[in-house]
Amino acid sequence: MKRSGLSQFTASILANSVYALGNYPAMMVSMFLSPFSILIVTFFVSNGALLPVAITGGMIMVMTYSGMSLQTDLAHLKNDFRVQDMVVSSPLSAGMYLFGMAVSELVYAIPAIAVLGALAALYVHTSILGYVTLIAVFLAMFSFSTCLGFFISTFTTDIMESWAYTGIISTILSALPPVYYPITYIPMQFRIIAYLSPATYAAEIAQNAIGFLPLTQAELATNWLVLIIISVVIGYVAIKKSRWRE
Amino acid sequence: MDRLVVTNLTKRYEKGKFALNRVSLTVPSSNGIFALIGRNGAGKTTLVRILATQLSPTSGSAHINGIDVVKEPEKLREIIACVPQEARAINWTTPKQFVYAYLLWRGYSFKEAAKRAVDSLKRLGIGGYMDTASRKLSGGTKRKVLVATVISSEAKIIFLDEPTTGLDPLSRNELWEKLAELKKDHFIFLTTHYLEEAEKLADRIAILENGKIMAQGTLDDLRKMVKYPYSITVLSQHKVQKPKNGEMIIGVDGHSQILTTEREAKEIARKLVGKGVKFSMNPISLDDIFYHIVRKPVEEEGNYDEEEWA
Ligand SMILES: Nc1ncnc2c1ncn2[C@@H]1O[C@H](COP(=O)(O)OP(=O)(O)O)[C@@H](O)[C@H]1O
Ligand SMILES: [Mg+2]
Repeated sequence: MKRSGLSQFTASILANSVYALGNYPAMMVSMFLSPFSILIVTFFVSNGALLPVAITGGMIMVMTYSGMSLQTDLAHLKNDFRVQDMVVSSPLSAGMYLFGMAVSELVYAIPAIAVLGALAALYVHTSILGYVTLIAVFLAMFSFSTCLGFFISTFTTDIMESWAYTGIISTILSALPPVYYPITYIPMQFRIIAYLSPATYAAEIAQNAIGFLPLTQAELATNWLVLIIISVVIGYVAIKKSRWRE
Repeated sequence: MDRLVVTNLTKRYEKGKFALNRVSLTVPSSNGIFALIGRNGAGKTTLVRILATQLSPTSGSAHINGIDVVKEPEKLREIIACVPQEARAINWTTPKQFVYAYLLWRGYSFKEAAKRAVDSLKRLGIGGYMDTASRKLSGGTKRKVLVATVISSEAKIIFLDEPTTGLDPLSRNELWEKLAELKKDHFIFLTTHYLEEAEKLADRIAILENGKIMAQGTLDDLRKMVKYPYSITVLSQHKVQKPKNGEMIIGVDGHSQILTTEREAKEIARKLVGKGVKFSMNPISLDDIFYHIVRKPVEEEGNYDEEEWA
């Protein structure tokens, strides 16, 4: 029988997000709320000056959240419904299942992305190359956080544990690092800590693209390199560790 | 070559004891039901998960219709489907959505999946619940949704790990009826600890205990393993004598069970009636066979030391 990859990809999106949203619309709000509350706070505190930075920061946070939701959703379907075992015993490949699941997380992010996108169109001014860079940064952050989410889901056995990781990692990745404001706001001696978070590199590239942070070509290249290497390493470890067949 | 052949299959979880210990089985995988019976912790789920390509064995091999379970999982996955123990339809899907998503995952076109999902739910007699959120369904209907899911595809080899555990007797009977119907065009590998279930449904049975296969064959084959065709259960603390021809088992609850010949059974029955003791007398059932076989100490096949598998 000829099997359709499009069907297989769509199945994960339907099962994990489209059908769920029909039942629990609050999920859409939850994805929406955190980035906006910080965005609004930043807006007030900076008298509006940092709005463009906060908008790109909000987008980075949305991407991070997507990866963390992937982590809990994979664990939920695997441990609580045994759906993963059902699909392991079927002609579906691990890669196709995970790809669909990862993209399904973006469905939850649609309202947030739409509003941030509209705000960006109004308040973020940059060149075509700048916009392309922003989109590339968001995608890089999305792949990094989904790889990390997938990695964590391979060893959690209970949803409680998954939630704990979500809390820890989204804070480390998007609330603490200078995502909503330029790193120059952080006193020199603390900056080194900020550089421990991959989100910092992503945020720097984004802030550079919209003219809030000057970076040399070498610094820009280093940031990209770090971001890509971290994603590849985490992705590789996740795939190695994840045992479709245990 | 429609057979399921398991050869010396062994599974040891990390540092643990043997969940499966050199299990060997041969079962025709043509349409019908094979029941693997055994109590909790016997190793049933471990065996199902290995055969359904969810788990790798420590050693040994298994083939289904000539396909190597360990080496050719992709090929095998084309023709199998499995309901894991404690699986549930996703809470936020309706039965129709759940079966549809499963079929899409298997790679069916959108149109074909939609048609098959409805047909399959109707076949299980739950077409009326097709659009109700799964979380609102009764336990019995939920299980039927899972069975409908795995029979909706072209896969004809179906694994059901304890499909009726936890159901009320009525729902269990309903599911049995469906399984008896489905076995006409599927090979169903079913695990259960309800012996009545195996007795009612199965064409072939194997008894798994402590990771070892203690017996396998048709119900008649298993009956022959017990020397005595009659069973008397004394339903009180009344002391009974060991039969001249036969054996006696004292249950945990203090009930005594006697397995013996027809002649002696009648004799004992007459005596018990005379004394006014409550008892029941039946030809042996799978229950009796099971207890008879499982109570025997596990035979040590060969003399290997545990380190060999470390
Ligand atoms: N993931 C695991 N890790 C360690 N031991 C396990 C694991 N799964 C099952 N076991 C052990 O293996 C044995 C067989 O378990 P299982 O196959 O689930 O039996 P059953 O399905 O017959 O109840 C039990 O002793 C159980 O505790
Ligand atoms: Mg089990």
